[in-house]
Amino acid sequence: MNPTDINDPEYFHGVIDCQLACPAHTPVPEYIRLIAEKKYADAYMINWESNVFPGILGRICDRPCEPACRRGRVEEKAVAICRLKRVCADNKEDVSGRLPDVSKKKNGKKIALIGGGPASLTVARDLLPMGYKVDLYDDQASAGGFVRSQVPSFRLPEKVLNEEVNVILNMGVTTHLKTYIASLKEFLTRGYDAIFIGTGAPRGRDLDLPGRQAGKLFIHIGIQWLASVQYGHIKKSEKITLVIGGGNTAMDCCRTARRLGGKEVKVIIRGTRENMKASPWEIEDAISEDIPILENLSPIEFVMENDRLKGTMFQRLQPDSDGDPEKVFIPCDEVLLAVGQQNAFPWIEKDTGLVFDDAGRPRVNKITFQSDLAHVFFGGDAAFGPKNVITAVAHGHEAAISIDLFCNGRDLTQRPLPFTTLAGQKMGMKDWMYNSAVSGEERQNVPMAPKVKSIKDRLMEVELGFNPQIGLKESRRCLNCDVQTVFNVKECIECDACVDICPTTCINFLKNGPEEDLRSRLSMPAKNKSQPLYVSDLLPTGRVMVKDEDVCLHCGLCAEKCPTAAWDMQKFTYKPPKAGQR
Amino acid sequence: MSSRRPVFRHPNLPKNDLGYTRRDYEGLDSTLCAGCGHDSITNAIIQACFELSIEPHRVAKLSGIGCSSKSPAYFLGKSHGINAVHGRMPSVATGANMANKDLLYIGVSGDGDTASIGMGQFVHIVRRNLNMVYIVMNNGCYGLTKGQDSATADKGSSSRKGRPNPFEAIDLCETAVQTGAGFVARGFSGDKEQLVPLLKAAMGHRGFALVDVISPCVTFNNTPASTKSYHWARDHMEATATFDFIPSRQEITTDYVEGATQNVTLHDGSVIRLHKTDNSFDVTQRWSSLEAMEQCREKGQILTGILHVNETLKDTHDILETTDKPLNTLTEKDLCPGNQVLTKISENYR
Ligand SMILES: Cc1cc2nc3c(=O)[nH]c(=O)nc-3n(C[C@H](O)[C@H](O)[C@H](O)COP(=O)(O)OP(=O)(O)OC[C@H]3O[C@@H](n4cnc5c(N)ncnc54)[C@H](O)[C@@H]3O)c2cc1C
Ligand SMILES: Cc1ncc(C[n+]2csc(CCOP(=O)(O)OP(=O)(O)O)c2C)c(N)n1
Ligand code: SF4
Ligand code: SF4
Ligand code: SF4
Ligand SMILES: [Mg+2]
Repeated sequence: MNPTDINDPEYFHGVIDCQLACPAHTPVPEYIRLIAEKKYADAYMINWESNVFPGILGRICDRPCEPACRRGRVEEKAVAICRLKRVCADNKEDVSGRLPDVSKKKNGKKIALIGGGPASLTVARDLLPMGYKVDLYDDQASAGGFVRSQVPSFRLPEKVLNEEVNVILNMGVTTHLKTYIASLKEFLTRGYDAIFIGTGAPRGRDLDLPGRQAGKLFIHIGIQWLASVQYGHIKKSEKITLVIGGGNTAMDCCRTARRLGGKEVKVIIRGTRENMKASPWEIEDAISEDIPILENLSPIEFVMENDRLKGTMFQRLQPDSDGDPEKVFIPCDEVLLAVGQQNAFPWIEKDTGLVFDDAGRPRVNKITFQSDLAHVFFGGDAAFGPKNVITAVAHGHEAAISIDLFCNGRDLTQRPLPFTTLAGQKMGMKDWMYNSAVSGEERQNVPMAPKVKSIKDRLMEVELGFNPQIGLKESRRCLNCDVQTVFNVKECIECDACVDICPTTCINFLKNGPEEDLRSRLSMPAKNKSQPLYVSDLLPTGRVMVKDEDVCLHCGLCAEKCPTAAWDMQKFTYKPPKAGQR
Repeated sequence: MSSRRPVFRHPNLPKNDLGYTRRDYEGLDSTLCAGCGHDSITNAIIQACFELSIEPHRVAKLSGIGCSSKSPAYFLGKSHGINAVHGRMPSVATGANMANKDLLYIGVSGDGDTASIGMGQFVHIVRRNLNMVYIVMNNGCYGLTKGQDSATADKGSSSRKGRPNPFEAIDLCETAVQTGAGFVARGFSGDKEQLVPLLKAAMGHRGFALVDVISPCVTFNNTPASTKSYHWARDHMEATATFDFIPSRQEITTDYVEGATQNVTLHDGSVIRLHKTDNSFDVTQRWSSLEAMEQCREKGQILTGILHVNETLKDTHDILETTDKPLNTLTEKDLCPGNQVLTKISENYR
């Protein structure tokens, strides 16, 4: 293998598993260390820079970082990254003085945002400090998009949502709320320099089965029903409620129905529990609220009696049963359909110049987020289908970069580079600027509100969050994957001290070879191909140093035991590019 | 600040025949200097014991005084251990071995502990052929007392103090061959590929097995002018032969060319197979071993590998004709022949 180029910013970025997995590339270990130092506001601002909504995401993020977390490969469970984010949001002091100055001086460019969800709000936040005038249009009464209309308050209190949405609106967004944009053609004539479309994926899939029309008073589309609950139009649910579907929407539906007085709420899924789309923690929460999940059932008919819904007929889907499939009748008073979500652009005319694919999605460049109309950009769920808040935020950042390049007449593909630094951490012989000791503590459980109470009140937040003490314990579990092991081949005397001390057998000295071959010859074969090998230049004995990054604990022992300081621990900072940066 | 070794190990650590991982053979965290050769030897011992599936509770570790003699604390944390007075490990080992011949005795000593203060004890334990593995972590200096030249420091070699050593060096391997050791080997702490099989072979030998390991002292004796430095050892290492260590349970399959290869079957059934470049060297003959070592010495080379094996020698217990049962298991019933026999014996002396 060729020697690893550690000057390539993506090399060490790849070692910070959580940051790489985060769509917005939040510097996770950096803020976790600040939590351990009780510097909550500092930790909050690091988050705010990257992911814009730390208080919101600290509660409801989809957490792609956690399955990626190195700790989950070293022991069973990942660091509770998401809950730690909430610790800094909950405990921070006033941060208003740290927010960017929005210059009164405008740059003369006018930007429109259609849709007021997290994607649009991110674009607004990134562009406002640079002097752009930003107009936001949304059909709802307040900004926030689906996070407001869909995510139940028992997972995300309105206060937290308002705080972080208002920070952005107060930066000087001109809002046009309760304003549905009914025609893009007309909108294009309004003279905006650029338009960002962040209208989400607002259509819930229906099930066209016998009885659907007759039972329409008792059968609801999940996302519409959730919005009606959020806005207070629906206050009660029926005695027996069936929720059909196995995604996160289904989990929110069933738990909301429980809180609206539903005595018996059941979730019905086509497949098995292992294959459910919902996040594992949401499934666990639903089960702990006495909601059974019935597997392998596919609905075939809604059965009415005396103008009321009597129940739903299902067919049992068994992998390899022969003979007639078994029919199962489940009595119920109400059905919530949570079987998928789609994009819908009824307000975009066919002849605007935009190109749509078969799924009804606009053609959008995956890097620039530009559409076929040069000054129209898409992001969030509107661009590539329903995802999650953090993805919408990441899209917002990229779209803001593109809009700024576009408004300055620059090439959109010449994008700004990430900002990186590498800083030594040595303080003394065995002293580092970071806490290099590896905690053996297990993942901390989050305290919950008492079930008897929370189940009666849809506005009561279920998770209480970590208090500072638990937060400290959990933060110590972070392995500081941004503090990198940096190898200086010229200093190494091949004494093997680092090989011997490394607790997880990462370091090897051996004859070079092709990657496959090297991976197999390491003293612990490097089977996890998603993790890179760090390969040095040739050493005096004709060998090379090969470090498997997979389960390195970033404990610094190699550097402590190296007599020549050939190993050093250096903190790698990776800041993703921002709008306005060149 | 860390220094305490984390609790986590590689999740895929292999298990040996006993179901143990390498971790089960570890000891306390080392307090030696960063880069000390002794720590590498410690790790080679851990690896050898793991690979041979040795039961940790069937091992006794012995040492004297010195940085090297501290190392038994850093391996096999679940074995027996005795830290003896400076240079007196051989007597303590002899006593322990007399009491219980069924354990594996691993002695760890330094060049000072062995070749200076302990020289008298050393030659006698060799002559008596006590069944043990005797590892010398040889750094040519007294590391623990700040790096004074030891008796194995080569003439002309200089440590950090900078003054060339004016005295002749003792070669412990030659001494051991001359005094009748049945297994003599030399390794280098920076070459585990050779060292681990050397240690395994030494553990398979019955009788006294010396493994002299060049083990640079990074703090006091790793200068360019020191013949016990990492650089010097690498540049001047010469091997008797490459060799395979074939454990007793493993079938011997590969073919070999007659003449260039020498097989030696050890007491426990394992086999050392040497692949030699020079046919004149016969590892089983004292004169041949000494000649090879002397020739290398003259050329300024350090001869490593298996230097001498003789599986025909009797160990201390055989020589003394002790009973098969370990002495510490003998009860009063075994030891006291009874009134009748005693009376008969007394009769003989009337
Ligand atoms: C039930 C449910 C629960 C969810 N839970 C989570 C969760 O826990 N964590 C998570 O990360 N994600 C969750 N999501 C997904 C998340 O809400 C979305 O991915 C995210 O909000 C998308 O953001 P966005 O900015 O693209 O658009 P949205 O948030 O969808 O906002 C779009 C806005 O545009 C408005 N709009 C649409 N068309 C027009 C128009 N023509 N004119 C004016 N306004 C218009 C809409 O009314 C809406 O307010 C959930 C989704 C659902 C349905
Ligand atoms: C009876 C006695 N004399 C002298 C000493 C001082 N002393 C301690 S260690 C040592 C030399 C150790 O040298 P070596 O065995 O080579 O070990 P190293 O530290 O080099 O590994 C000496 C002389 C002692 N502890 N006891
Ligand atoms: S920091 Fe060094 S010693 Fe610690 S696990 Fe990583 S490679 Fe091994
Ligand atoms: S401890 Fe340092 S000098 Fe020794 S092998 Fe490792 S990197 Fe090289
Ligand atoms: S003084 Fe020398 S022998 Fe002792 S621990 Fe340090 S390097 Fe090793
Ligand atoms: Mg010494």
